Amino acid sequence: MAGSQWELPPELCCRPMAFVALTGLDVVYNAVHRAIWDAFCANRRADRVPISFKVLPGDHEYPKCRTKRTSYEWYIPKGILKTGWMNKHLNLVPALVVLFYELDWDDPQWKEKQSECATKVEIVRTSLQGRNTKVAVVLIQKKTPLPPGEDLVASERAAALCNACDLSGKSLFVLPHTDHLVGYIIRLENAFYEHAQTYYYTEIRRVKSHKEFLNKTTHQLLFVRHQFKIAFFSELKQDTQNALKYYRTAYSLVHELRAHETNMLEIKTMAGFINYKICRLCFQHNTPLDAIAQFRKHIDLCKKKIGSAELAFEHAAWMSKQFQSFGELFDEAIKLGLTAIQTQNPGFYYQQAACYSQDRKQQAQQLCQAGASYPSPEPLETQSGALDFYGQRPWRQGHQSIDPPDAEKEKTGILALQIKERDVPHSELIIALLSNAVAQFKKYKCPRMKSHLMVQMGEEYYHAKDYTKALKLLDYVMCDYRTERWWGLLTAILTTALRCAYLMASVKDYIIYCMELLGRASTLKEDHKSRIEKNLMKVLMNEVPDAEPECDSSSVSAARSLWSDRMALAGSNELTLEVQDYIPFIQCKAKFQSPSFHVDQPIQLQVFLRADCPHPVSFNKLAVSLSNQVTTHFHDAEYNQWCVVEETMSLLPGKTKCYNFSFVAKTEDVGKKIEMAGIEVMLGGDSGRCVFVNWRGAGGDAASTHEALQASRSSRRWGRGMEARQALDWDSLTIQHSTMIISRVPKISVQLSHQPPALNNEMYCISLTVQSQEEGVAKDVKLTAGLKPGQDANLGQTTHVTLDGSKVCDDTAPALLPDVPLGDLKPGEKLEKCVYVKCVSTGPRVFLFHVAYSIDTTVEGRQIVCKCHKDETVTIETVVPFEVSVKFVSTKFEPLDRVALDIPFLLMTDILSSSPWPLLLASSSLQLLTMTSNTPQLQSQLQEVVLQTGESASECFCLRCPPLTNSNSTVATGQYLISWRRQSSSADSPFIQTTVTLPHVILESVPLYIHADLPSFGRVRESLSVRYHIENRTALVQEVEMAVEPSDAFMFSGLKQVRLRILPGSEQQMLYNYYPLMAGYQTLPQLNISLPRCPTTNTHTLRRFLPQRIFVKPQGRQLDDVSIAAA
Amino acid sequence: MRLTARSRNTNMAVCIAVIAKENYPLYIRSVPTQNELKFHYTVHTSLDVVEEKISAVGKSLGDQRELYLGLLYPTEDYKLKPNILNWRTRYGYVTNSKVKFVIVVDSSNTSLRDNEIRSMFRKLHNSFTDVMCNPFHNPGDPIQSKAFDGIVSGMMVQTG
Repeated sequence: MAGSQWELPPELCCRPMAFVALTGLDVVYNAVHRAIWDAFCANRRADRVPISFKVLPGDHEYPKCRTKRTSYEWYIPKGILKTGWMNKHLNLVPALVVLFYELDWDDPQWKEKQSECATKVEIVRTSLQGRNTKVAVVLIQKKTPLPPGEDLVASERAAALCNACDLSGKSLFVLPHTDHLVGYIIRLENAFYEHAQTYYYTEIRRVKSHKEFLNKTTHQLLFVRHQFKIAFFSELKQDTQNALKYYRTAYSLVHELRAHETNMLEIKTMAGFINYKICRLCFQHNTPLDAIAQFRKHIDLCKKKIGSAELAFEHAAWMSKQFQSFGELFDEAIKLGLTAIQTQNPGFYYQQAACYSQDRKQQAQQLCQAGASYPSPEPLETQSGALDFYGQRPWRQGHQSIDPPDAEKEKTGILALQIKERDVPHSELIIALLSNAVAQFKKYKCPRMKSHLMVQMGEEYYHAKDYTKALKLLDYVMCDYRTERWWGLLTAILTTALRCAYLMASVKDYIIYCMELLGRASTLKEDHKSRIEKNLMKVLMNEVPDAEPECDSSSVSAARSLWSDRMALAGSNELTLEVQDYIPFIQCKAKFQSPSFHVDQPIQLQVFLRADCPHPVSFNKLAVSLSNQVTTHFHDAEYNQWCVVEETMSLLPGKTKCYNFSFVAKTEDVGKKIEMAGIEVMLGGDSGRCVFVNWRGAGGDAASTHEALQASRSSRRWGRGMEARQALDWDSLTIQHSTMIISRVPKISVQLSHQPPALNNEMYCISLTVQSQEEGVAKDVKLTAGLKPGQDANLGQTTHVTLDGSKVCDDTAPALLPDVPLGDLKPGEKLEKCVYVKCVSTGPRVFLFHVAYSIDTTVEGRQIVCKCHKDETVTIETVVPFEVSVKFVSTKFEPLDRVALDIPFLLMTDILSSSPWPLLLASSSLQLLTMTSNTPQLQSQLQEVVLQTGESASECFCLRCPPLTNSNSTVATGQYLISWRRQSSSADSPFIQTTVTLPHVILESVPLYIHADLPSFGRVRESLSVRYHIENRTALVQEVEMAVEPSDAFMFSGLKQVRLRILPGSEQQMLYNYYPLMAGYQTLPQLNISLPRCPTTNTHTLRRFLPQRIFVKPQGRQLDDVSIAAA
Repeated sequence: MRLTARSRNTNMAVCIAVIAKENYPLYIRSVPTQNELKFHYTVHTSLDVVEEKISAVGKSLGDQRELYLGLLYPTEDYKLKPNILNWRTRYGYVTNSKVKFVIVVDSSNTSLRDNEIRSMFRKLHNSFTDVMCNPFHNPGDPIQSKAFDGIVSGMMVQTG
């Protein structure tokens, strides 16, 4: 890659680790050696010591050590840091060389082997001559060693071996090749690590020792070099704290160097290296703020050190690299757990890097004129193929004085660099950096920064002539700027996009961008707009547009031929543009005049158009497509045909033009919504290119919502004064995108007459009068009558509607009678209908009377059949017509709480009218259960009785309960049926049967029933015979004691006191003759009865059956024959 | 209360912008000698931090928000002309009605004290309030006011 000149060397960017060379291992053919080597290098996790191992042959030539300088007095350094130095200490000069040798303590050929080993050590030592590199020997043994001190042979031979190899005891190791290889290896490498530490410590000491020989005038470069070396050795020693300290010193020293044009690059290169090291260590020490501070300082110190003006692009490239590598360090630290924030994240550094790359490109374009041929011989070639020192010029390596040694060489060198720079793919570099930055800003919640960088990427693609990618990016961010309403920025982006579209001859894109650049959101000057409009017109005429300004001439000519090809191409001359989400130069708003229309009214629709471009614009077609609710996606062609204008129309700049459409709705669309699905304006024509500009819905674009809001704000402020002007004000034009089709207003009257309230269960008559006020015949009149839907569900069950009033309807009659045909209705004609309602429960109900009909009518010359309807509702209360009360009394009209078996009693009914209207009672009857009537069935006593409000009618029935086995229980009595109707209803109207369930009675049985036969009245001094019947109703023989008490009002004859026995089921009669002495109501002589065998039955309970009193008439003048006979 | 320009440093702004609650510009003025578009981008990208700061404050402190948001981005380089680098710093301020003020300051030569920036914003806010009080101004429309222009001009770097 062409940018590689600025890449940081890998040996700088890696983490320095102690270098240990392993010799004597045959990792290819010897399995044991292979296993040992694998144990060293495989699986090196963070907990293992940082060593980089290498297997080298035993006779490997290590880099030669140059002879030590004894004095620096005449020495002039040629540069700061040799390019090979870091690599040398990382990979070539080991801190320790380890010799592996297979030798057991009890080896039979010990002597020979010992000397062979010593030879090998000697070979290594020789090739390391002059270096401080340590040598160690590892004996690979097959046997497990004994604990130290126990194997005397071993210690003796070890000492001998050390002696032979000139090794210290600490440098001899034993590696038993047994089970625990990895464990031994780890112990070994820890020992190696210590040796390496010592080595690097001595190296640091050695470099430090040079310092005293240096002087500040001639050896400035060496100060930097030595500090750097110390720092680097400290890193190798893993002493990062000290490394950082020395790097910092080196950094300040590098800036103390005398800088001039010839060595500027060297200084900056070294400063960059050292800065990189410092920042890296700061991040590693988890002090990111120190890293950032150092980097800022670095940039501030270096950004003005441009160096040679002819190679200014180099400075930009270098700066870019600084930012980029810092960004990468930052990013790496984040991956290792550092937290970045919105305002401090790697994105900023990538962005700055991109920025400098842009600079570099700009300067390269200025400085590297095309045409110059590459100089020969190659000035950038060096003898070794590489530079000796970092940051120096190949044509004057090692030269450190202010002026270049050879002006001619200098010139060709610079020219060569300039020509090389020309081939650098700058845009590629910039885009890569920008895209890095975009990723970062996306991560750190900076959407606008992201958009901005994407714009820059788009622009860069444009410069790189990759217009497709440019447009893709620009299109993507354009809508962000549009929604945020940053018109200045949008215009700038659109301008670039338009250039791209022009250069790639993309007709559709070109038209879209033109339309928006001509629109009101564009901040372009009038003359630009004028030019763009002319170009747009050319494209519409199928001509080649003029070139956009600021496009380079070669691209323009390429574009021209592309355009001509496009134009020559037949077909595909129609384009449809959806402009809803743009801000096109033609604005469109449409509205229905009203949110609803009656079906017999023409629907009115207005379309407003307005052009924002500088010149009048003409168009050839305006069409509104409509859809009704059911077919939302299907454009209703029938309506659409009414909303089309096809003629040449023109719009004047800034003037609003209004187009009115009107059409008649289809009658089947009543109750539906008609919506505008879209509005289409056709620009251009058949001769050239047709561009259909489409607005979804009823117009409006990306900016109009906000404009309408602003307009509403201002009109609120101005109050009424503005209203007069509002019709002209474009912004306050409101969109009405749908309208409702509602049915025609009916011209009939519907009247109801009835007599509320309704009585429960009656056939309540509601009479309906429909009168037509139509001018034509109302056809198909239909009535829907009944309970209005949507009320309490129970009401539906308890309400029945019928048209037949002649009989009481049953429960199958519906609550709502739908669509009762009433025939046709001529103009002025009147129609009456009675509807009967039976309400089974009380309470209010809402009834609906819906009269629908159809009528022929003419709208705008069109015959249509309109369906009209009129609704009437009425609320009717239902009340109970009467209340029935029932009571049981004895034959003496005394209230009964229980009924004795087989003894007659009376049932009294009472009907109390609560109806506001008079009621006619037709009949009443009893339906008895258990009981039997004690009298033959007679005609009802209530027949033809009329009850007014509050009046009551009573009846009396004599009943008897037949003897039953299960006595003394409660039994149902039966039902009371009343048949009635309103008195006011017609004679043929049916009677209503109301059933009242009679209460239950408690039965009791009496052991003894006693009753008396006596005349209805007596007469003074006439004999009155009374016969008492005493019945035994038990299954036992009853002994009865009877006594008659004397009375003042009567004399009597008969047994005064008697004791008798009555057989079960038989009856005993006692006859008394009473002789009344006084007239009037007289108490009869009291009969005392007692049952000694049945003490629960006392006199009192038996006495209730007997008459207490009798009316005695005074003595008459004539004797009554009957009384004489009785006497 | 109207503050009068008193300190030497209050005319260091290179760009002053007023941004509506909905984040569209109501007013942007930058030093005429430089690329206006770049300043638009600068102000626009500053809104990222402004929005973030507003939402962060909204969560924790409720109504006790300080209008002055302080430094938006760390001081950054910008090019006055090719090869001449300057520093610039962006500061932000948000009114209670969420209208934002952004001031970009050229900090190459002098570092501004925080209270100097604050006083610039306060002056701007007062003048903005006056604009809003104008019955003929429709809030949400771009600011077109000579008085406001005057205040802004007083804070801008004097060129030429």
